[in-house]
Amino acid sequence: MHKLLRDTPGEKIMLLGNEAIARGAIEAGVAFATTYPGTPSSEISLNLFQISRESDLYFEYSTNEKVALEVAAAAANSGLRTFCMMKHVGLNVAADPLMTLAYVGVTGGMVILSADDPSLFSSQNEQDNRYYAKFGGLPMLEPSSVAEAKEMMPAAFDLSESLRQPVLMRTTTRINHSNAFVTFGELRPRKTKGKFIREPLRCVTVPAVSRGLHAKLLEKLGRAGKMSDSSEFNFIRGKGKLGIIANGVSFHYAEDGVRDLGIEDKTSIFRMGFSNPMPETKIKDFLKKCEKVLVIEEGEPFMEEAVKAMAQEIGVTIPIKGKTPELFSRLFEYDPAMVREKLASFFEVDYTPPEKIDVSNVPEIPNRPPNLCSGCSHRATFYEVKQAAKDMDVIHPTDIGCYTLGFLPPLNMGDFVICMGSSVSTSCGFSKATDQKVVSFIGDSTFFHSGITGLVNAVFNNHNFTLVILENGITAMTGHQPHPGVEMEKFGMPDQGQINIEQLVRSLGVEHVSVIKPFKVKKSIETIKEALEFKGVSVIISQEPCILYARSMKMRSARPFMVTDKCTDHKDCINNIACPSFFIQDGRVSIDADTCVGCAVCAQICPENAIRPLKN
Amino acid sequence: METTRLIIVAVGGQGNLLASKVLGEAALISGVPVRMSEIHGMAQRGGVVESAIVFGDAESSIISDGEADILLGFEPAETLRALNRCSSRTMVITNTAPLPPFTVSIGKGEYPDVDLIKNLIRQKTGGLVAFDAMKLAREAGSPMSVNIVLVGALIRSEVLPFTKQDVMEAIKRRVKPAFLEMNLKAFELGYEGAGETVEA
Repeated sequence: MHKLLRDTPGEKIMLLGNEAIARGAIEAGVAFATTYPGTPSSEISLNLFQISRESDLYFEYSTNEKVALEVAAAAANSGLRTFCMMKHVGLNVAADPLMTLAYVGVTGGMVILSADDPSLFSSQNEQDNRYYAKFGGLPMLEPSSVAEAKEMMPAAFDLSESLRQPVLMRTTTRINHSNAFVTFGELRPRKTKGKFIREPLRCVTVPAVSRGLHAKLLEKLGRAGKMSDSSEFNFIRGKGKLGIIANGVSFHYAEDGVRDLGIEDKTSIFRMGFSNPMPETKIKDFLKKCEKVLVIEEGEPFMEEAVKAMAQEIGVTIPIKGKTPELFSRLFEYDPAMVREKLASFFEVDYTPPEKIDVSNVPEIPNRPPNLCSGCSHRATFYEVKQAAKDMDVIHPTDIGCYTLGFLPPLNMGDFVICMGSSVSTSCGFSKATDQKVVSFIGDSTFFHSGITGLVNAVFNNHNFTLVILENGITAMTGHQPHPGVEMEKFGMPDQGQINIEQLVRSLGVEHVSVIKPFKVKKSIETIKEALEFKGVSVIISQEPCILYARSMKMRSARPFMVTDKCTDHKDCINNIACPSFFIQDGRVSIDADTCVGCAVCAQICPENAIRPLKN
Repeated sequence: METTRLIIVAVGGQGNLLASKVLGEAALISGVPVRMSEIHGMAQRGGVVESAIVFGDAESSIISDGEADILLGFEPAETLRALNRCSSRTMVITNTAPLPPFTVSIGKGEYPDVDLIKNLIRQKTGGLVAFDAMKLAREAGSPMSVNIVLVGALIRSEVLPFTKQDVMEAIKRRVKPAFLEMNLKAFELGYEGAGETVEA
């Protein structure tokens, strides 16, 4: 049985934040869950996917976040407890349904989780999604710890049901990817079959209906504000006159900082856990009792600006500070020492930070950037496109996935990326706006996510570029989730459908479609050259399973290669494809047999044929 | 309970996350509060992987620069790179077997001399245990067990608030049965090996 399904209330267990969130949903009796995977949210859905296969929970990997939210919106309007989770930028994709679903509301509890990524550990931006709660009019909860994330999930579903409104649960990477002890609670039963009751004057958002719905939304928010004022998630620690208002992980940094500085008696910390609408009455009372207030929140001054406005309304003129050059930044995540130091400076406490080690005489350490894996088929495709397009002035729009790493030297295959699917549509723009050749890259999962509409646009508007679809048969970057092109029998789910990318692309009207097997170097280069000569939209589908996935599924075993004495030290292999299995030993190229999987791409490009299978 | 802050640095694929989970499980077994934080995703594709583990009463799950009590390094250059996480009191335990980053192969940087790495760490921190954990991992049966060899060395240093038995029980709970025997051997080799090679 999946560990998160155990009906053992009181059991204490070490869980990853994302596992704790999944457990919280299970304890809440969630019946219906949808997602598109994205770090740092991916392990929530991974666990719910596994759970759905041994229980009556319905779970699906949807094509993208907009689809996921719409699928979930229907379930939640059929009375089911529904959970839709995604990374922060995923909520941009889902923003269209989000804004109007907030008008329509739900009949079953619905929680939408946004996993934000301050410091951009694995994202293209660090947007602060708390504004979506304010923008759309959704109640929002923000946990400060792994254990609290689990506790908040059932509360979020209850809140949603009592307001008949979706609730936004907002986490950050340090909640999602921290481990801590969690105590299991009771499992509420799951109601897995709903019924949709027709209510066109709530559910059909023509202008005349929506005018009324907007007013109703504001009325709901008024009620939510009262609930926020009495919520146990908005609490105050301490009785001192030095005020601190903090949310999320910053709350614990503040707690540790206050204790380290020995100012527990002088301070009081307002922890904001139900942060939209804000607990206005409680905050105003708090401000009246404080001499000065420090607002500690990663990201934007979301609380700070609101608190300052509240102070103005009640005529409180104490200093309220947060984001200033001397104090906190809007950039990146915070840490305990930084918060301790800012507390000391703002509250004028004597504090000498611990002495830093002098690292001035430490030699420069070579960088270790992330890299495409040994035997990754993307490397082969990039090399082949580069060879085929030699001597051309090429722009390479790329997309979001492992293959984004192709922009690094020596491949340098990646010139422009802004969001999921943008490789295709930006190719349209570049090909019209310039005379440069455009060859773009997109992964298979990303193509299904939001590449298809761009390709339709390209055919319709008669653009001129080559799109390379990197079909590695899985959503690799986020941990090997399935996507619509995957044969689901591998997952023991033979009833799922499967979409053939080649057929799809042809049916969209793309006239020049070719398929390559990237580990056949010479043949692939020839095929790519033909595609590049075509005037109009051409698509190359590069088919080779993700090597990590293939190896974990035992679809491929390693057959390492070695460099023989025939090597005359051209270093073409290292200089052109830069596989991490190469290393230099005594000035000569060698291959690490522990990591080489035997894709044989280097063997095909060696001018001396010096790279051969390692004989056992 | 006093707070002990441990940072583990490794190269993606060295099994850092399993090592952290074993230590977390050991804390659960011995009743020590613990919070851990790790970085997934893009950071794992052959890059540096860092875990922070806070034992004891602090609430934060990450560790600021200069505030690690112990630094456990799976790769010598990465241990050196993490020196800014240490203070002059930090205890450092490191594997000495280098895994040169790919940037070295393509001529973008030079791998520092391992003896120099050891000397620098010894001068600037509160103590160094340095040994070839890869050799012991191979002896245990696989280079993959290097993480548990290093956990053995960490436990030998007696800086964490739990016993050898707690950790062995944690390994039994967290490691797949097929690899259990090898990992218990790796743990013992690390525990014994570190004892012989302590460099004050």
